[in-house]
Amino acid sequence: MSAPARQLETASVGLSLAHDSAVLHVRGTATYVDDMREPDGLLHVVPGFAKEGARGKIKSLDLTAVRNYPGVVAVLTASDIPGLNDCSPSIGGDPILADGEIEFHGQVIFAVAAETRDAARRAARLAKIEIEVAKPAITVDDAIAMETRDVLPPYEFGRRDVGAALKSSTHRISESLLVGGQEHFYLEGQVGMAYPEEHGGMIVYSSTQHPTEVQHLMAKMLSVPDAMVTCECRRMGGAFGGKESQAAQWAALAALTARVTGRPAKCRLDRDEDMIMTGKRHDMRVNYEAGFDNSGRLSAVDVEFLSRCGYSADLSQGVNDRTMFHADNAYFYPAARIRSRRLRTHTVSNTAFRGFGGPQGMVFTERMMDAIAIKLGLDPLDVRKRNLYAKGRDVTPYGMKVEDNIAADLITQLERSSDYRARRAEIDKFNRQDGILRKGLALTPVKFGISFTLTFLNQAGALVHVYTDGSVHLNHGGTEMGQGLYTKVAQVVAEEFGLPASRVRITATTTAKVPNTSPTAASSGTDLNGMAAKNAASIIRQRLVDLASREWKVPKSRIRFADGQVIIGNESVSFGDLAKKAHQSRVSLSSTGYYATPKVEWDRPKAKGRPFLYFAYGAACAEVTIDTLTGEMRIDRADILHDVGRSLNPAIDIGQIEGGFVQGMGWLTTEELVFDGQGKLRTHAPSTYKIPTASDVPEDFRVELYQSKGNREDTIYRSKAVGEPPLMLGIAVWSAIGNAVASLAPGKIPPLDAPATPEAIMRAVKAMRP
Amino acid sequence: MARNVIRFLRRGQVVELGSVPPMRTVLDYLRLEEKSRGTKEGCNEGDCGACTVALGALRGGRIVYEPVNACILMMGHLDGRELVTVDDLADGEALHPIQQAMVDHHGSQCGFCTPGFIMALFTLYHAGAKPSRREIVDHIAGNLCRCTGYRPIVDAAHAACSGRAIDRWAAAADQAAATLARLGDSSDAFIGTEESFIAIPRQPETLVALATKHPDATIVGGATDVGLWITKQLRTLNKIIHVGGVETLHKIEDHAGHLSFGAAVTYAEAENRLASIDPDMGEVVRRLGSKQVRASGTVGGNIANGSPIGDMPPMLIALGATLHLRHGTGERQMPLEDFFISYGKQDRSPGELVWQIDIPKLKPSETFRAYKISKRFDQDISAVLAAFRFTLDGRRVKSVRVAFGGLAATPKRAARTEATLEGVSLDDSASWSRAMSAMAEDYQPISDMRASAEYRLETAQALLRKALIETAGRASAETRVIGQREEAA
Repeated sequence: MSAPARQLETASVGLSLAHDSAVLHVRGTATYVDDMREPDGLLHVVPGFAKEGARGKIKSLDLTAVRNYPGVVAVLTASDIPGLNDCSPSIGGDPILADGEIEFHGQVIFAVAAETRDAARRAARLAKIEIEVAKPAITVDDAIAMETRDVLPPYEFGRRDVGAALKSSTHRISESLLVGGQEHFYLEGQVGMAYPEEHGGMIVYSSTQHPTEVQHLMAKMLSVPDAMVTCECRRMGGAFGGKESQAAQWAALAALTARVTGRPAKCRLDRDEDMIMTGKRHDMRVNYEAGFDNSGRLSAVDVEFLSRCGYSADLSQGVNDRTMFHADNAYFYPAARIRSRRLRTHTVSNTAFRGFGGPQGMVFTERMMDAIAIKLGLDPLDVRKRNLYAKGRDVTPYGMKVEDNIAADLITQLERSSDYRARRAEIDKFNRQDGILRKGLALTPVKFGISFTLTFLNQAGALVHVYTDGSVHLNHGGTEMGQGLYTKVAQVVAEEFGLPASRVRITATTTAKVPNTSPTAASSGTDLNGMAAKNAASIIRQRLVDLASREWKVPKSRIRFADGQVIIGNESVSFGDLAKKAHQSRVSLSSTGYYATPKVEWDRPKAKGRPFLYFAYGAACAEVTIDTLTGEMRIDRADILHDVGRSLNPAIDIGQIEGGFVQGMGWLTTEELVFDGQGKLRTHAPSTYKIPTASDVPEDFRVELYQSKGNREDTIYRSKAVGEPPLMLGIAVWSAIGNAVASLAPGKIPPLDAPATPEAIMRAVKAMRP
Repeated sequence: MARNVIRFLRRGQVVELGSVPPMRTVLDYLRLEEKSRGTKEGCNEGDCGACTVALGALRGGRIVYEPVNACILMMGHLDGRELVTVDDLADGEALHPIQQAMVDHHGSQCGFCTPGFIMALFTLYHAGAKPSRREIVDHIAGNLCRCTGYRPIVDAAHAACSGRAIDRWAAAADQAAATLARLGDSSDAFIGTEESFIAIPRQPETLVALATKHPDATIVGGATDVGLWITKQLRTLNKIIHVGGVETLHKIEDHAGHLSFGAAVTYAEAENRLASIDPDMGEVVRRLGSKQVRASGTVGGNIANGSPIGDMPPMLIALGATLHLRHGTGERQMPLEDFFISYGKQDRSPGELVWQIDIPKLKPSETFRAYKISKRFDQDISAVLAAFRFTLDGRRVKSVRVAFGGLAATPKRAARTEATLEGVSLDDSASWSRAMSAMAEDYQPISDMRASAEYRLETAQALLRKALIETAGRASAETRVIGQREEAA
């Protein structure tokens, strides 16, 4: 689709500028950590693990052959760690090197450092490790049956007496469904490189969404003050949440090697090991019961999410809380009980993944809408519309009032533009022929809460310098993983100075310039860092205005910055000349900036407050055809309407929307994680784990931005966050598949789990046959 | 006297390498030796395309560029070719048309897959015709992007690939062709020692002699499997013998009743001929691997490695193909199904070479159907690969050959099912059900990450039903969500 024309009175903000690194990307000159020229004497670090066993005491660990392999310089185990042996982002429990026992297959027990990566890899395989294997809990059902200790306490919120409300409902349904996990499959695997510095310091180049956390964890591991460690990240080759907390361990192995050997060291995971050793989206079993009236309007919802967290807590609290926050999606529940258990399994620790638990909540919600429609013989879209938040029905189960509700308008627009009703009639006609192929159609909304639910994370810092030639150096705490954050923030700063964005030099995120940052996560990157950078730039701008007003004796109201010039009354000077003058007049041309999101507060123990500043909305309509003999599925068409407020960069926003949809669609269709009974991941490479390819994207793919008057909250240029919300547009595809299967037996709810692989579709199809 | 260097054309110069470790991949050569860091390692198993580079080869006097995965490409594969990487494309400040289109269409986000896409599209740019959307999508099926959702990349390809290449490679095509012609002389190459070497024989006699002399050597076709022995299994392979340099092994011969393929014929070379046998065969080959895999991989290799999940063997068995093997001066042949003895075991002695495969064409009384079932349509290994050849007598099945991949430890015929189907009527679907039950006697599949045993067997039965329904006359537009035969016709 083409980007709509800019509607703002701005010069830089709102333009569909190319990604700041686009030219470097296509030339192959964008430098990722593994592309940096290696310093002299660099060692290559490879983690080692036990080939057999997911859980148990390490009975014996014989690393002689590893040490003796030609080229090996050091072999490290837990006892080599001078400080804290933990890389957990939360409550601990994530040893950098396993000490005494392992809790999942693939847990790192030792690291080998060698002159070449090939030598390190080959040496690592020579370890003789015996595990006193205990029976592992692999699935949530295993965890419940074996009564493993939950990684975190259960949590619940809701309103009114849900039991009574269910009892008095006209209709009730209850179901249990499985929602699968997802591998991030960032194209650039995990990597960290460390250089030892003076006084025990360390500089770490890490492909991480959270340089500050890497810095702090390295300092604790090395037992040095935070100030002795610097972490830098110019760009990641994709992250999607997978490098929020789980980039640290690899940086740690590099830093530990650097400390022990005094030589620079790099740890880059092989793809298979990356997939085995790092966490994924939480998969869940969802049990629910819903009560509703004859029109399909809900009276009560009782839902429990049983979440596979893996062996440790990692970010599971926030992830699973967000599942609960999105168990309503865009719908009002008069009575609700929303419960969550965070189960411990002997599998890798599941972690952040675009949507951070929200998608799992929404898959349940949309499934429930479909089930109600099937039960009542209604069009699912009518059921959805009847249940949307509306005036007087606008308080979420967690007590936040929905003030910015545009769901109904957005859905109605998409219903019209996608020609939903006419296509529904055609599909019904097609399915009445009772052929081998069946069609399905679904239109599902997305309402996604924007802000970190851990309130203190909603802050950001930036650093802006103006040089005396008028060029600008920009730095902020956000990281670039492809989402275009650097570009958008540069546009904001350029706007402030009336410069073209090309005059703003974007620099690598580093803890040495902007400290104590939050992870680039929760879709908040632009909201937070854009505001912080604007703040920094406007401070400098104000100093320049003050100076110009003083020197030219012109009121401040008559000073403007545009087209690289500063217009001072009837005169104009170049921005560079004014910068030079400022320097000569001893006016500072450098400033930090800061932003803290207003209004948000969340009292978790009481389950009250306002966890989100606002909501981002969107909707997708998908049409699919399934083969009832094989379960194969094709997406015939997808229409998307998505709300980004007033777009800072429509091209980048559309890129997020399309990419998010395809990633969500992949999660719910072809992407299947398979663990065997011993806890080994069997799908640990792209040969066995299938993310969408170009041919999976519907040929008829129509994506539009919702014509918004802007975010009603005072965000950066009234834009809205766009990183995560579009992923959940992919639910329309899964829902359409269910819709196609449901056509086989009217009134019967197809037991379709996610992902809807051909096999899962066939299971559902078979269940529909008499 | 054998040549003791690998020679290839790079950036207008002939590169000669005399000291190459046998297990060196092209990706490691680029990143670690040449220090060209534009080409990325995404998966190191030929499945993501981030390491895609272009190889130029002389075909009929012209240079043809094909995309290949550098991570599992052996250095010997460069011999006599031109190597083009993403680092080479821009001309000073000026971007190549493919690069410019990718920028203009916002085709990159994180940028890590981008060099691979650029190089895949570079080969499409040089393919000589304006591609359709379908052709673009096929062309990049081996390049994974996790950020964009592909739409802008497809748009960029649309915009840039006009069918006419105007770039430095087009301008220097004659010169490059002359260089490759010179490099492609008939000299056998042998790099290394008797204990550790890369051999690239050009003469069939040399190949046969080497294989006999070094029965412990690894015979390499496209290395789309052998590459993983090195990059993933970390096996030590000290002796590598390439078969691709032998011209006669690239021959495709069209005989009255059958087609003959030399063992080193790549899928890219065979694609059209295989599709001419039947559109279903063409469709399976289109979905087999990716453009990169098909440019490297060979039909002979797919047979020789004996995988139970290779896509070619079931189709070839159903068609009644004959395999030719050569050992020293001796040659023997056998029906293809006899080659596969048990899991990992084929009827091939050390030093013996898969030489040629003869594939019978369909007779007017015969129909063929093949179906590939996988989680993802493109570039996925089959959970089930079904192939049927029906010989009809009017509306009756006179005889049938049924073969499946993914249902047993080897590609395997369904003897009981075949017997049961003899004489059934296409118009009496009730008479088909005995064959469905017979299939459960022919196959006892296993469960793995691709599919459960139950799904495999039930799908096999369903595919037999589908094949019969289609053979009875139902249009495949009504029976398939992908690979409709009407489209191919």
